[in-house]
Amino acid sequence: MVPTSYYLVLSAILFGLGVVAFVFKRNVITIFMSIELMLNAVNLAFVAFSQARHQSDGQVFVLFVIVVAAAEAAVGLGIIILTARNRQSLNVERVDLLKL
Amino acid sequence: MPILDHLWIIPLLPLLGSAINGLLGGKWPNKIVNSVALGATGLSFACALEAVREFTQLPQDQIPWIQHYFSWIAAGSFRAGFDLQMDQLTVVMLMVVTGVGFLIHIYSTGYMAHEGGYYRFFSYLNLFMFFMLILVMAANYVLLFVGWEGVGLCSYLLIGFYFLRKSASDAGKKAFIVNRIGDFGFMLGMFLLFRTFGTLDFKGVFDAASGPSWGHEAWGQFGTLTIACLLLFMGATGKSAQLPLYVWLPDAMEGPTPVSALIHAATMVTAGVYVVARSHILFVHSETAMLVVAIVGCATAFFAATIGLVQTDIKKVLAYSTVSQLGYMFLACGVGAFSAGIFHLMTHAFFKALLFLAAGSVIHAMGGEQDMRKMGGLSTKIKYTYWTMLIAAMAIAGIPPLAGFFSKDAILFSAFQIEGGHPLYAVGLLTALLTSFYMFRLIFLTFFGKPRYDEHHVHVHEPPWSMLGPLVVLAILSVTGAWLAAPALWGGTDYFASFLAPIFGMPQSVEAMSETAAHQLEIILAIVAVASALIGLGVAYWLYIRQPEKPEQLAKSMKPVYNTLLNKYYVDELYAAVIIKPLMWISTNVLWKGVDVAGIDGTVNGIASGAKSVGDVVRHTQSGNTRSYAVWVVIGALVIIAVIFFWPASAPAVGMVR
Repeated sequence: MVPTSYYLVLSAILFGLGVVAFVFKRNVITIFMSIELMLNAVNLAFVAFSQARHQSDGQVFVLFVIVVAAAEAAVGLGIIILTARNRQSLNVERVDLLKL
Repeated sequence: MPILDHLWIIPLLPLLGSAINGLLGGKWPNKIVNSVALGATGLSFACALEAVREFTQLPQDQIPWIQHYFSWIAAGSFRAGFDLQMDQLTVVMLMVVTGVGFLIHIYSTGYMAHEGGYYRFFSYLNLFMFFMLILVMAANYVLLFVGWEGVGLCSYLLIGFYFLRKSASDAGKKAFIVNRIGDFGFMLGMFLLFRTFGTLDFKGVFDAASGPSWGHEAWGQFGTLTIACLLLFMGATGKSAQLPLYVWLPDAMEGPTPVSALIHAATMVTAGVYVVARSHILFVHSETAMLVVAIVGCATAFFAATIGLVQTDIKKVLAYSTVSQLGYMFLACGVGAFSAGIFHLMTHAFFKALLFLAAGSVIHAMGGEQDMRKMGGLSTKIKYTYWTMLIAAMAIAGIPPLAGFFSKDAILFSAFQIEGGHPLYAVGLLTALLTSFYMFRLIFLTFFGKPRYDEHHVHVHEPPWSMLGPLVVLAILSVTGAWLAAPALWGGTDYFASFLAPIFGMPQSVEAMSETAAHQLEIILAIVAVASALIGLGVAYWLYIRQPEKPEQLAKSMKPVYNTLLNKYYVDELYAAVIIKPLMWISTNVLWKGVDVAGIDGTVNGIASGAKSVGDVVRHTQSGNTRSYAVWVVIGALVIIAVIFFWPASAPAVGMVR
């Protein structure tokens, strides 16, 4: 049986990669994928804890996260397509209209 | 008792007139404005007459006749009602106010006919009548104070009637501000009375004050009630233009002449005398207060008369004369002769209103000229004005058998009789001489001698009958107005004093002395008074008719005295230096530039600019760049994690369960 800590370390590494990619990448789609990566890293941690503690609520939570992630992907990709059409670009640095 | 049950009608009519003219009169022709204003005051006068007739039929135990209409203020134990009352004193004041007021309204229709703001003038004038009637009919100090302030307001509005002229609007403000000082005292006096007696109804206060329970600590030199009296008197010095607050009245001559006649001679300025007479039950108990009233009155009478000697503006002479005569009234009150004071108030209302109206007629005839040095020789050209003004001058100078003689004689007689009153009498007599001199100086300068105006340009003409009518009526009153008191001189009944006796009591001094001795003394004093009046007349005649070049030589040879008098003892300059300048300095440098600009504005602006500069720094975090927000989120998360790891005790606070 693989110890829980292995799963957690893997989860942390994946999450960290997601964060780094989120901060440093400029392509919207890459950023979007890094968010998915972070979500799934968290899912992994949930499942690992669920199995270690013999409780099922972590797994239930994972199902919720997957549903939310799917919904988010639908909305997010819609936004991305619109932005890309309007600006002919996928670079986030050029989407800064919120700036004062 | 139809009117006595509805006393409110008397003041309400002028208020209605004022409201109608003020709100709607702007587009009406003068005739309609006239009818409304005259109708309101005329009806009010008629109602007042009817009220007086009904009053005389009241049984003695129903006087004072008090009507409670509604509770105006009720707070805790304090109660002030809209209560009107009628007693003998109110009757006299009511007749003077409505009667003289009505005559002056008639006069104004002629005098103001060619002025702008006709409806405004009559609206203010009616409003003044309303407040004055409230003042004299009020049954408690609070309601009296409403009238008191209201007439002050109307006085301000009417002095500044020609508000485009800066001197006029300044004079209005001066009147208002100087009165405010007096009113401050009046209010403190009211508070003190309420604290002492728990009520401000005249009846309640006077009943309580005449009770035996008040000893030396109340009436002594610094007793509570003495101080209350002095504070009330302070209000009176403001409204009635006594030393040291008289300075506003001469300036108030900037208003139209009918206003000077109605407000600044006949009615409003006598309100102070009325208040002192109304509160006589308080005053008579306090020797200190009486002494102060007598001395201030006497000093003002003399002081103002000396200034009046050298003034060249016809209205200014009359203004100082008014201040002087008001001093007489206070002198009478101060020596305990309240009925003589009110008597002089009444006769003064007749002849001083007449003097002002006649002066207005002269000014009208001269096309606006007020300087007596540019008049002269008018007696043949405006006969009616001349004769009526001459009668008024003789009345105020105290020449028998005109009104002023009897009232002034009664005052001097009373002053002579009280203990230590001889100096007061002497000053009063001297003032009578001065009065006679400056009045006849005015007459001689205006009506006699050679014309000193440009006869080609000034078309001297008699005014219309709407102006002459009131002059004639007032002239008749100035002659006959005092005959009710006349028999006293020959040992008969002084009907005026005995009419007021239920309020003031008969003069005590007469009872003390034997009848015959008192009458002999009174006749001697009367002869002395007439002699002094004739001396004043003679000197004026000698100086201004026989030797017209003499006054200038005199002025030159006594230059310091002349200049001091001409500049009114430099009192205005003194007040400017001692009070106004420091006040202006403090207001400018401390209150305006210090407290307001630096303090209040500084705080408000400082908070605003502080928020702005903080915002300037912090707004850079809002770059609009999504990834920079993400960095902040990550940093935040890392900080929280670090806190949890390195400072375990804080874990519950962050919401983590270990």
